[in-house]
Amino acid sequence: MAIGETIRNSQIWKSIFRHPMPLDRRNRIVVMLTNFFLHLHPVSIKKQGIALSFTWCMGGVTFFLFLVETVTGVLLMFYYRPTLEWAYNDILALRDVTSLGILRELHRWGAHAMVITTWLHMYRVFLTGSYKPPREFNWVIGVILLLLTLLLSFTGYLLPWDQLAIWAITVGSNMARATPILGYEGPGQQLLTIGGIDMITDGSDARFGLLGARFVGEETLNRFYVLHCIAIPLAVALLLAIHFWRVRKDGGISGPL
Amino acid sequence: MHSNGFFLSDVAGFLGGYYTVLAVMNGVAALLMWRRQSRTVWAAVWAAYAGAMMILASLALSGSASMVPVLPLAIRNLVNDLSGPVLYTLGTTAFLVLLFVFRKFFVQPMVAWSIFNISLLLLGLSMADENFAAIVMKPDNVPIVGLVFLLAFFTWVATKQAVVNDERIRQGLPVMEKVNDEKVLVWPDLVYTELICMVGVAALLLVWAIFLPAPLEEPASSVKTPNPSKAPWYFLGLQEMLVYFDPWYAGVVLPSLVVFGLMAMPYLDFNKKGNGYYSIEERKFSYLVWQFGFFELWITLIILGTFLRGPNWNFFGPFEFWTPYKVEVLNNVDLPQMFWVQWLNQPLPRAPQGAGLLTQIGFILLREAPGLLVMGAYLVLLPPLMAITIFRGFFAKMGFIRYMIMSNLMLLMLTLPLKMVLRWTLNLKYIISIPEFSLNF
Repeated sequence: MAIGETIRNSQIWKSIFRHPMPLDRRNRIVVMLTNFFLHLHPVSIKKQGIALSFTWCMGGVTFFLFLVETVTGVLLMFYYRPTLEWAYNDILALRDVTSLGILRELHRWGAHAMVITTWLHMYRVFLTGSYKPPREFNWVIGVILLLLTLLLSFTGYLLPWDQLAIWAITVGSNMARATPILGYEGPGQQLLTIGGIDMITDGSDARFGLLGARFVGEETLNRFYVLHCIAIPLAVALLLAIHFWRVRKDGGISGPL
Repeated sequence: MHSNGFFLSDVAGFLGGYYTVLAVMNGVAALLMWRRQSRTVWAAVWAAYAGAMMILASLALSGSASMVPVLPLAIRNLVNDLSGPVLYTLGTTAFLVLLFVFRKFFVQPMVAWSIFNISLLLLGLSMADENFAAIVMKPDNVPIVGLVFLLAFFTWVATKQAVVNDERIRQGLPVMEKVNDEKVLVWPDLVYTELICMVGVAALLLVWAIFLPAPLEEPASSVKTPNPSKAPWYFLGLQEMLVYFDPWYAGVVLPSLVVFGLMAMPYLDFNKKGNGYYSIEERKFSYLVWQFGFFELWITLIILGTFLRGPNWNFFGPFEFWTPYKVEVLNNVDLPQMFWVQWLNQPLPRAPQGAGLLTQIGFILLREAPGLLVMGAYLVLLPPLMAITIFRGFFAKMGFIRYMIMSNLMLLMLTLPLKMVLRWTLNLKYIISIPEFSLNF
């Protein structure tokens, strides 16, 4: 016990934690206000608001899975090279040779789970009418986050560069070819013809913009890799911050008025 | 297809564990019913059921492939013969309507527990079928099985509370969420719950990762097209819509409308009741629209697209072998063809050779007149018509713009089920078919 006491009384410990252990009421309040990671929460909350039968904890689980995806994703990035030469072989090695190749399983199943928990979170928010005023705008942010979650999952789907990957992305991205006006097989693409020259071709339409090429190839792998590892996660992180902030500002977890 | 010993010895180990888990689960449930609730009869029933599961587990693990319990072949063949897109859609709809109408009955714990057990048992008995297992056990399809059970569970959790609240509101009592509104400190009550959730989810994910390897097929090849080629599972509802619509609508416009509609929802739902607690009666309209969109037009289509669509996107029964040689008759007709040729007995209107662009467009409009009129009436006439009839109250409360957005979103959402029904009954392919401008609807 003495060692524990010495550590807790040391200057280092006290510089990190500005208050004693949260064992009494006062310090349980102070800890919520002085800890960066906890300050997201209110100090006190209605008992109803944390009942699992009411919240299902699905928003929290989704956020936790996002963190799992970030950590496992960063570790996988140390290993995986997004080129035609190496992509498939690196994944193969993760499966067969590499220690901790299970990171890929964690990452993939975590991604599937995150899609599911996002849906369940939205389902709960709908069923409790929590999108109603004053939380309308936070619901809108949530819908964008849903979209980004699906895009994260979709862009990640290509990276193993196996048959499953490229054909799923081919089927998925073929839709963009039919975008009205902007896809070269879409209705009304003839409208963008200037001086007899077709502006929308398979080398300039919406699908080309998505894939960076006329078919799913090396350019697509690079594009999806950057979207998957940098662009979309940054956007998600920003929107998550706003989403959480708004939960607090809009009155915390919903409950009957 | 049922003599493959290798397959059964593979799946037998899994099923042995599966039935053991079911036995333990029901054993614990029986114990709780007996000790906590003193429901001796029910406890005896579920204890007996647990014993039966133990017997199934030992049969599965007996080492003899022919002993593994499986759904009788006659039943599997019957299910295969009966199932098709029409029956699947109507069946799931009827099932969901039944659940909704008799929700007070279905939310009773004993009823829900029985249904849960029956579906788990059916899943186990089906898994011993080679064709069924081949599709369900594809690594990327496993999450959907989880999704189905999670959705069923949480729908039960929510509906149970809504039924209680609706009854309390009827009696003039405050909702349950209001009764229980003393305040507690976030440390420890919430942070510890979060910690336990995190540990639980992490443990689950680790077990999942250890027992189910992530899929890795042959290296990518842009010349070897797999049949069927499928998008990731969460987009298979959209891919299924391609059966009924062209990609510009099913793959671009409809998904955009779904996103737009979801975002617009809080601004369209003017009902102030039902905010912050589970209730169905107080917001029946928005509840039904949501559940219809979520379950009918999203989840059941994903299940259909994942488990029941095989090579060439043909429909296969759950126990059917996915042969690429299955032939389905395609005799779908476009509406102009139906109108001009079949009903009026004359050729399709066609511009004379060498006609100018405007003349050509004129003839196209004439040819497509029936479809354009139908769609025009549907999207332009129906909203005002509904505003003075069934949605009179809505229109008064929402104002013109919000009402128009809501009614149009709903009508566009309904294009999918309507087109399905037209396809099944009239073999209708397109209502409007202008291949000259890649505009088919």
